[in-house]
Amino acid sequence: MNLPTEPLAPLALPRGPRPPGSAGDDPDVVTYALRLGDDALVLAQRLCEWAACSPQLEEDVALMNLALDLLGQSRSLLTLAGAREGRGRDEDDLAFLRDEPDFVNVQLVELANGDFGRTMARQLLVAAYAVPLWQGLCASADADLAGIAGKAVKEVTYHLDHARSWVVRLGDGTEQSQRRVQAGLDEVWPYALELFEADELVQRLVARGVAPDPTALREQWSATVQEVLIEATLSVPETDWRPTGGRRGVHTEAFGYLLAELQHVHRSHPGASW
Amino acid sequence: MTTGGGFSAAGGHGAVPTAGVPSTDGGRPGGQPLWEVFVRSRRGLSHTHAGSLHAPDAHMALRNARDLYTRRQEGVSIWVVPAKDIVASSPDEKDAFFDPAGDKPYRHPTFYDVPDEVQHL
Repeated sequence: MNLPTEPLAPLALPRGPRPPGSAGDDPDVVTYALRLGDDALVLAQRLCEWAACSPQLEEDVALMNLALDLLGQSRSLLTLAGAREGRGRDEDDLAFLRDEPDFVNVQLVELANGDFGRTMARQLLVAAYAVPLWQGLCASADADLAGIAGKAVKEVTYHLDHARSWVVRLGDGTEQSQRRVQAGLDEVWPYALELFEADELVQRLVARGVAPDPTALREQWSATVQEVLIEATLSVPETDWRPTGGRRGVHTEAFGYLLAELQHVHRSHPGASW
Repeated sequence: MTTGGGFSAAGGHGAVPTAGVPSTDGGRPGGQPLWEVFVRSRRGLSHTHAGSLHAPDAHMALRNARDLYTRRQEGVSIWVVPAKDIVASSPDEKDAFFDPAGDKPYRHPTFYDVPDEVQHL
């Protein structure tokens, strides 16, 4: 199966009031949009690896739909970051021409898919965070981010429903499915906490009413995940190990391979179009 | 219950024999039954058969239907129906069922003179 082939519509970012001389004068929002955009882009790329490999044909299309939603979010966010940065970079420049240390996605989204159980465990952890994140961003003081959030919140609500269904089905399924989804959950779990790191940049954006408070996000995330895991008869992993660094451009080994696959066509044929 | 020799609407193919066919749920790993999908494209229109899919239960069937048949905004409502519960007419009965209507054009409302004043007909 090929990747989804819907024509990509030109992006129309909502235009809201901006601070005077906005181009390049709000590096915090640029970086924040890059972080969220990279999260979505990298997870979309990972999900696309399931094309033609899913447990069933129907799930193949379901996963590609999720990936396409994330790709759309990423396009809006990278376009926004490029426009605010004021250096003339568009979404393609940011997606295809940055190197590994320039990407600021969390490590959670770049981890290898593993089996279907592990992929669904990660989907649950990401979606349970994305729902309150985008809900919060709907009320962002930044009109462009709020505009993107209005569309994204509906998409990630379905992503959560999808992941919840599968995690419960696998967890409360057979002995094998439970063992494997629990193993997958144990592997990805420590990486999830990076989603809630509140560095100075995030704290400044929270104070300005641009970004939702990571502490509140984590509470909502914990409640959602807890509820699903109980229903799925899975246990919450217990570990003190807490990998971090994605937001500073520090990535796992798996990321370089992902990026090579993502970027090689664009870099081999600069400016190509069809 | 099926009529005649036993036919279902499996796979949207009209009539598929069910008698003498092992009920392996389509022979798929995990034995997932077949569902027929009906999509209502707009409010005011009726649900129309869109296709079929495999799913282990109704919950998943509905979600698979959403992902397979409404990804280009085709619908505002979805029904999923277990294919085995649809009773289909048998191809053997085609003559008896449908041919008698063939020479009765007067059943179409085409033999009336419609007055010019009548609107919206």
